[in-house]
Amino acid sequence: MLLANVLGKLNADQFPHDPIAAGGALTVVGAMIVIPVLLTYFKRWGWLWNNWLTSLDHKKIGIMYLLVSGIMLLRGVADALMMRTQQAVSTGANSGILDAEHFQQVFSAHGSIMIFFVGMGFMFGIINVILPQQIGSRDVAFPFLNSVSFWLFAAGAILMNVSLVVGEFSSAGWLAYPPLSELKFSPGVGVDYWIWSLQIAGVGSLLSGINFFTTIIKMRAAGMTLMKMPMFAWSVLGSMALVITAFPILTVTLALLALDRSLGMHFFTTDGGGNAMMYINLIWAWGHPEVYILILPAFGIFSEIVATFSRKRLFGYTSMVWAIGAIVFLSFTVWLHHFFTMGAGADVNSFFGIMTMVISIPTGVKIFNWLFTMYRGRIRLATPMLWFLGFVVTFTIGGVFGVLLSVPPADFQLHNSLFLVAHFHTMIIGGVLFGYFAGLTYWFPKIFGFKLNERLGKYAFWFWLSGFVLAFVPLYILGLMGATRRLNHYDASLGWQGLFIVAAVGVVLVCIGIFFQVLQLVVSFLLRKNHTDMTGDPWNARTLEWSTASPSPVYNFAVLPTVRDRDEFWEMKQRKESLKQPKYEAIELPKNSPFGLYIAIAAGVFGFAVIWQIVWLIPIALLAVIALIIVRSSDTDTEYRISAAQVAAIEAARPRGQVV
Amino acid sequence: MMYQDTAKVVKRHTAKAESNDKTTFGFWVYLMTDCVLFATLFAVYAVLHNNTADGPSSDGLFSLPLVLTETIILLTSSFVCGLAILAARQGRKKAVMSFLIITGLLGLAFLGIELTEFRDLIHEGHSWRQSAFLSSFFTLVGTHGLHIASGLIWLVTLLWQISKQGLSGSSLKRLTLFGMFWHFLDVVWIFIFTIVYMIGSL
Repeated sequence: MLLANVLGKLNADQFPHDPIAAGGALTVVGAMIVIPVLLTYFKRWGWLWNNWLTSLDHKKIGIMYLLVSGIMLLRGVADALMMRTQQAVSTGANSGILDAEHFQQVFSAHGSIMIFFVGMGFMFGIINVILPQQIGSRDVAFPFLNSVSFWLFAAGAILMNVSLVVGEFSSAGWLAYPPLSELKFSPGVGVDYWIWSLQIAGVGSLLSGINFFTTIIKMRAAGMTLMKMPMFAWSVLGSMALVITAFPILTVTLALLALDRSLGMHFFTTDGGGNAMMYINLIWAWGHPEVYILILPAFGIFSEIVATFSRKRLFGYTSMVWAIGAIVFLSFTVWLHHFFTMGAGADVNSFFGIMTMVISIPTGVKIFNWLFTMYRGRIRLATPMLWFLGFVVTFTIGGVFGVLLSVPPADFQLHNSLFLVAHFHTMIIGGVLFGYFAGLTYWFPKIFGFKLNERLGKYAFWFWLSGFVLAFVPLYILGLMGATRRLNHYDASLGWQGLFIVAAVGVVLVCIGIFFQVLQLVVSFLLRKNHTDMTGDPWNARTLEWSTASPSPVYNFAVLPTVRDRDEFWEMKQRKESLKQPKYEAIELPKNSPFGLYIAIAAGVFGFAVIWQIVWLIPIALLAVIALIIVRSSDTDTEYRISAAQVAAIEAARPRGQVV
Repeated sequence: MMYQDTAKVVKRHTAKAESNDKTTFGFWVYLMTDCVLFATLFAVYAVLHNNTADGPSSDGLFSLPLVLTETIILLTSSFVCGLAILAARQGRKKAVMSFLIITGLLGLAFLGIELTEFRDLIHEGHSWRQSAFLSSFFTLVGTHGLHIASGLIWLVTLLWQISKQGLSGSSLKRLTLFGMFWHFLDVVWIFIFTIVYMIGSL
C-alpha cells in the first residue's frame, strides 16, 4: 500500500522478460552505464558540460539535435528490421520472431520515432546550424528558448527509450487512434508513454517554430529582403509557419486523450457521448501539415544543392516561393484524405480528393524548376547531388501514387493496405530522409571543418537507394494484392511470402547503407587532415554561410554582411570583392546556461510521474519547472562580450584559401 | 571623442530597441499559437456540446449573473493592467505596483468564482466524467482558467522584479508582454462568455 503511494503503478513486473525486449532494455541500460564511465575515464565531464550541455550556441545545439536523431534513426531502423523479418517468416505454422503484442509495440514505436525524433530532429538540427548563417545573422532570435526546445526534444526521446526498460510502449499504432488507445482497451502505460514523450517533444518543436519564424522575419542581414532570401530560408519560413499553426492542434489532441485516460473524461470514448472520429480529424489536422513541415526544408536543401552543383542560379525563384506559399496554405485543406472511409459522404470526399490533387501542382512546379536548373548546367555528381537525383526519381513516382490514392474510390480499395505504407515511405524516405542526408553531406564541412569521404558516401547512397526500391516495390504489389498493414501473420496459401522476403532483403541493403554512413563518419574523422576545408567554401557555393571559415567562429560573421543580390556570396565572388581590412567591433553573445537542461529534466520527470501516476511527484516536478523559469528570467547577466581585438585575432588565424 | 561616445550610446539604444522589437514580435507569434490552441478547444466544444449522454445540457446549467460578474471582473482587471502600463511609461513605479496588485486581486477573484462554479457543478453530480459535453466544457473553461493562473504567477514574479530592479528596460519589456497576454485572455474569455454561456443558455 505504502509502495503504491510512493511508486504509483510502478513495480518489479514492469521490467521486460522475453529475449528481444530484454535486448532492447539492455542496450539502453548499457548505454546509460558505459557513457558516464567513459566520460569519467577520459575526464571529459567538464568539457561536455561547458562546451555542449549548457551551450546556447545555435551551431552546437544543432549538432546535438543531429546526434540524438542519428541515435533514434538506428533504433527506428532496428524496429524496421524486426518488422520485415517477422513478415518474411511469419506464415503458415511459423509464428515469427515476435508475439502479436510486441509486434504492435514495434510498429507503433517505429512510426512515432521516425516522425518525431528522426524527421523533426534532423530538420531542427540542420535549421539550427545553417539558417542563422544563411541569413547573415549571429544567432537565433531567442537563444535560451532554443536550448529549452532542444532539451525538451531530448527529454521526449529519453522518455520514449525509457519505455524499453520500464513498462511497455504503446501498441495502438503511431497515431494511437481511439477507441483502441482509450483506457478501456489499452489499460497499460504504453499509450501514456506515447502521449507524454510526444507532448514534451512537441512543445519543444512549437517553441522552436516560434523562434525560427521570428529569426527569419526579424534577423536577416541588412539588404536581404524577403525576395532575396536563399530558398532554404524560404522553405524554413514556410515550414515554421506550419509548425506554429499545426502543433497547437497536436498539443490539444494529445492533452484530450490524456484527460480521457487519466481523469475519466469522454472526448473520444465509446460511451458518455465521446466521438472517436473527432480524434482522427484533429490528429490529421496536425498530421497532414506535419508531412509538409518535414518535407519543405528538404525541398529547400535540394534547391541549394541543385543550384550549387549545377553552377547556375536556381531556375524560377519566384515560382518556387509561390509554390511554398501554396503548399503551406493547401496543406490545411487535405487532411480528410487520410480517412475517406470514415463515411463523410461523396461531396466532402470529392472536395478533399480534389484539393489533394491540387497540392501536387506546386510540388510539380518545384520538381520542374530543379530540372530546369540542371538543364545546361555544369553538373558535378558529388554525393549531395546523387541524393537529389535519387530523390527526384523516387519522390515523383511516390507522388504519382499519392495522386492515385487521392481518388476516393481508389482509396476505398487501398486504405490501410501495404500500398499506402509503400506510398508514404516513398515520400518520407525518398523525400525527407534523402533531403536531410543530402543536406548533411553538403553542410558537413561547414559544421565540422572537414569534408566527408566521397567514395564511402556514394556506396552508402547506392545501398540506400537499391535497398529502398527493393524494400518498397514489393509492398506496392502486396498492397494491390490485398495485404493490409500491420499484419503479424498471414496464411501461406496467399503466396505473399516471396515478396515479403524480397522486402526484407531490401531492408538489409538499407542497413548496409547505414553501415557505410557510419563508416564514412569514422573514416572521414580519422583522415580529417586530408579532407580539411581551408577555404570555407568547398563546393563553390552561392549563399552567405559559405563566406565564413569552416567551421564558422562562434559569432558566425566578424562583420555583419550587407546583401545586394539573391545569391549574395556568389555575386561577391564574381565581383572579386576582397574585403578591405574591416573594422571589427565588439560582439555580444549569449552566455552558457544550464537552465534549459534543468527545465527539460523537470519536464521529463513530470512526464514519467504522470505515466506511472506517482501522484506526489507530479506537483513537485511542475513546481520545479515554474521555479526554474522564474529563476532564469530574473537573471539579468546573460551575455558576454568578445572584444574587437579578440575578433581580429580569431579572424587573422582563419585559413584563407580564397579571396573574400 | 565625445561625439564618438554619443554615437556608441545611440547604437546601444538601437540594439536594445531591436531586441525589444524582436521579443514583442515573438510574443505575438506565441499568442497566435495560443489562439490556435483555443480555436481547437472551441471546435471540440462545438462538436461535443450536444453529446450530453443523459446528463444536463448547457441550457439552465449555468448561473448567468455569476458569469456576468466574472466577465466584469476580468474586463476591469484588464483595464487596470492597461493603467499599469501607462504608469510604467511615465516611470511611476509606485503606481505601477499598485495597479498590478489590483489587476492580480481581480484575476484572483475571477479564478475564485470560476472554481466555485466548478465545485458547485461537481457537487451537483455534473463533473467532467458525466458526459462529453461536460468534458469539453471543463476543459475549455479550465484551460482559460489555467492561463489566468499562470498569468497570476507571472504577475507576482513581475512585482518582485520591479520592486528589485525598478522600471528598467527589461522589466518594462516584460510588463508590456504581460499586458498583451492579459488582454489576450480577455478576448478569449469574451468568446467563452458568448459561445459557452450566452448561446448555451438560449
